Formats: sequence, structure tokens, C-alpha cells
Amino acid sequence: MGAAGPAALVGGRPVIAFLRPTHRRAMLTIALAALAASALLLDWSWLPRYLPLIAQGVWTTLWLTVVTMSLGMVLAIGLGFAQAAGPAWLAWPARVYCTIIRGTPLLLQLWLLYFGLGAFFPQFPELRQSFLWPILREAWPYAVLALTLSAAGYEGEVMRGAFRGVPHGQIEAARAMGMPRFTLFRRIWLPQALHRALPTIAGETVLQMKSTPLVATITVLDTYSVARRVTQDTFIVYEPLVLLAIVYIIIAGLIVLFFRKLEARLPARMA
Amino acid sequence: MGSLLAFVGSPSAAELLAWSPPGWGATLVAGLWNSILIALGAYALGLAIGIGGAFGKVYGGPVLRDLLEAYTTLVRAVPELVLILILYFALTDAVNKIIALWDYGPIQLSGVAAGIGVLGVVQGAYSTEVIRGAILSVPHGQIEAARAMGMPPVRLARRITLPLMMAAAVPGLANLWLIVTKDTALLAVVGFVELTKATSLAAATTKAFFTFYAAAGVLYLILSLGSTVIFHRIERWARRGQRPLSGGGR
Repeated sequence: MGAAGPAALVGGRPVIAFLRPTHRRAMLTIALAALAASALLLDWSWLPRYLPLIAQGVWTTLWLTVVTMSLGMVLAIGLGFAQAAGPAWLAWPARVYCTIIRGTPLLLQLWLLYFGLGAFFPQFPELRQSFLWPILREAWPYAVLALTLSAAGYEGEVMRGAFRGVPHGQIEAARAMGMPRFTLFRRIWLPQALHRALPTIAGETVLQMKSTPLVATITVLDTYSVARRVTQDTFIVYEPLVLLAIVYIIIAGLIVLFFRKLEARLPARMA
Repeated sequence: MGSLLAFVGSPSAAELLAWSPPGWGATLVAGLWNSILIALGAYALGLAIGIGGAFGKVYGGPVLRDLLEAYTTLVRAVPELVLILILYFALTDAVNKIIALWDYGPIQLSGVAAGIGVLGVVQGAYSTEVIRGAILSVPHGQIEAARAMGMPPVRLARRITLPLMMAAAVPGLANLWLIVTKDTALLAVVGFVELTKATSLAAATTKAFFTFYAAAGVLYLILSLGSTVIFHRIERWARRGQRPLSGGGR
């Protein structure tokens, strides 16, 4: 609080408070000097040529994160609710599913789906002639499927805790008002659980974004695979990796910022 | 349906997973052993970095604290796969440059050593945060009392802070162990033959993808479920002497 207090009084300019200690100014100078040195000394001549490809890769990373996280959350709400309040015949499979997903590496799941299904589907001539085939032949559906299933497993566990955390009184009050079960879920249980889980989900979204480069191993063209391609084409090793790190740091920062805004917009009053 | 049965419940699954050479059982278990070795090494290295980093963050000067903050923030914001590549190249480069000072030729860093080094640095950032939180949960009076008794800092850490923070640190550290066992799979991308890579080699050779990936999944599951049981015991041991929380815990 001590460091943040004066900055808030100055009028929301925390940068000044951040830079007040002398050592921070020195460190920032060193960091800027290092950045300038890397801009001047390292070889960035490949950058303009690959810029369109990089933009395409960043776009893939972004939509993969957003789409798989959203689909995963939809599944996770079901998985979490089944475990928190469902009957045993629903709770058990949900728990087993979450354990399996969380107990095995995502890379293994991804390769199982891509190579396994990829070798499995072509055995059916009917499928090869169907309108689905052009999609099934691509790599991205498997990437979306694997990342979605993985997100569902991890977020299902988060949602289980969140559903359990909603105070009993809230649900009892709604029942006492004669609220139908589905309305109770939609109006009381789900919003409060989501609100509780929001900080965790923010962190989980960053983790999900951080697992997207794995799709490069099944030939999806994301930011990571573009950087690897630059290295293969030009034999430049470090510069693409530095760029990669910077891009991912920026995306992670944007995700954190987005969730902070979202949390600030929701009413903070809770029972 | 016939082809489905022939594919999934392939009659040769037992043969494929057999121990001796026509089967790939020994290869998979060797891969699992490599994974466990790297995970153990990286976890230990991460713990060492984490303990140092956490004490630095809590008790260090302003410069050290900011440097550690930069380390944990950067490592936690960049995908592990990217970090593994950066550190792998940088580490090999650095080792070779140092060795060149003594007129040795360039060496190829062994896969296990590189894997441990790389994953250890990544783990270090996460365990720094876990242990820092645990240190802050130690009642201040305990540390003050030890200081008042004239205990030197290292002995204070060994006798008071570390044992008392264990209970708060174990759940987070257990989580980190599960993460590092799964992160070893990422080394498959740089070509190191741990369980996932061994599996993909076996699967690509025999074309029995489902059989091998499912078998590897079972091995990973056994590893993580077994670890959970062990960590449960460790947590109970770390919490010995604590008053049980009514209604808390799992």
C-alpha cells in the first residue's frame, strides 16, 4: 500500500511512483540500453519479409486461445456442476475425465488425437467422400479439439470448487422463493460461481495461451511455428525466439488486463 | 464396425507392448525412466532456485527483489516450449563458450543435463512464488523470537522458517511436481527421447497410434496418481502438530 498510496493521490500515475527509487531508474536505463543494443546489434533484416506470416501466426494464436477457452468453459460448467451437485452416475465420469486430462501431458493428448484419429478416419471410404473430409484433412480441427478438451478438464476442476463455494443460504433462499431449478442455476448458482472463479480463470487463460505453441507440432501455423520457420529458412536462431518471447509476453499482458477490466466491471458485492 | 474393432482393440496390442524387442514395452519404460529422472532433477533444481529466490524476494534489497520479480514474471508469461528452446540454445552456447576458454572443443550437452537445466529454471520461477507465499505465512513472532535469541540467519531459516512454512508450501509444491512431470513431454519437441518421444517413435513405426498413446497415457496417469498419494502423506507429515481445522481440508 505504501508505494501505491502516493501514486493514487497524484492522480492515477503509478509510473512515477514506480520510478521514484533510484535503482529502478538505473535498471530501466539498463533494460532500455539492452533493448536498443539488441535492436541495433542483432540481425533483424528478416523481419519485414516475414511480417505478414507473423501477423497470420499471431492471429492463429489469438483465436485458438479465445475459441478453445470459450468452448472449454462451456464444457467445464457442465463438468464442474456434475461433480459439485450432480448425481453419482454423472459426478463419477466427470471426475474420471478431469483426472485423466489433468494427469497426462497435453502434447500426448494432441498427438493421440491428431495421429490416432488421422490414421483412423481414412479407413472409412464414406467419410473420405463426404463434405467433412476437407476439414478432417486439415490439422487445426484436431488442435481445437485437443485444446478444448484440455481446457474443459482443467476448468472443470476450477468450476467444481466455484460451484461448491457458493453459500448455501443463497441457494436455499432461491428455493424458498419457489424458483424453478433451471432459473436457480441460471440466475443464482452460475453467476456467483463464475464470479468466484474469475481470478483463477484469468490465470488459466494465460496458461491456455501458453500451451497453444504445442499445435506447431501438428503443422498448425501459429506464432511459434512461424518463428521456427524463420530459423529453418535463414539459420538465425536467437532473434526469432526473442521476438516470440516478446509477442507472448504482450499477449499475456493483454489477457491479464482484459480480465482486470472485466472484474472491475462486475459488482463486487457478495454475500 | 469391423475395421473399428480391428483398429482399436487390435489383437496384437499385447504383442506390441511386450517387453522384449518385437514389442515396445522396454522402450516405453526406458522413456518413462528418463522422464522421471529429468522431472526429479528439474524439480530439485527448481526447489533450490525457489528457496533462494523466495528468501531473496522476502528479505533481499530493492535491486535483488526487482531482479527476481522480473525473472518470475518473464518466465511465467512465456510459453514453456519457447523457454525450453531459448534456454536450450543459450545453455549449450554458454557451456561451449566457457569450455572454449580452456581450449576444449565444443561438446553436445547431454539431453538429460539440458532438460534438467531448462525445466529447472522454469520450475524455479514457479516455486519462488509458492515458497514466498509460504514464508509469509510463518507467524512473525516465531521469527522475531529466534532473532531475539541471537540465532544467525541461516540457522533461523533451517530451524524455524523452513519447517514452519512446509505445511503451507506442500500443496503448491505438489502441484509443481505434477506440472514438471507433464512438462518433460515438451522435451520431445527438441528431440529428447523421454516417454512421449519414445511413444511417438513406437507409434510411427508400428502405425498402432491409439495403442501406444493410450499406453503412455496410462503410464503418465500412474505416475501422477502415485505422486498424489505420496504428496498426501508428505502433507500430513508437514502438518503434524498443527491443530486440525474444523471443516477445512479435503
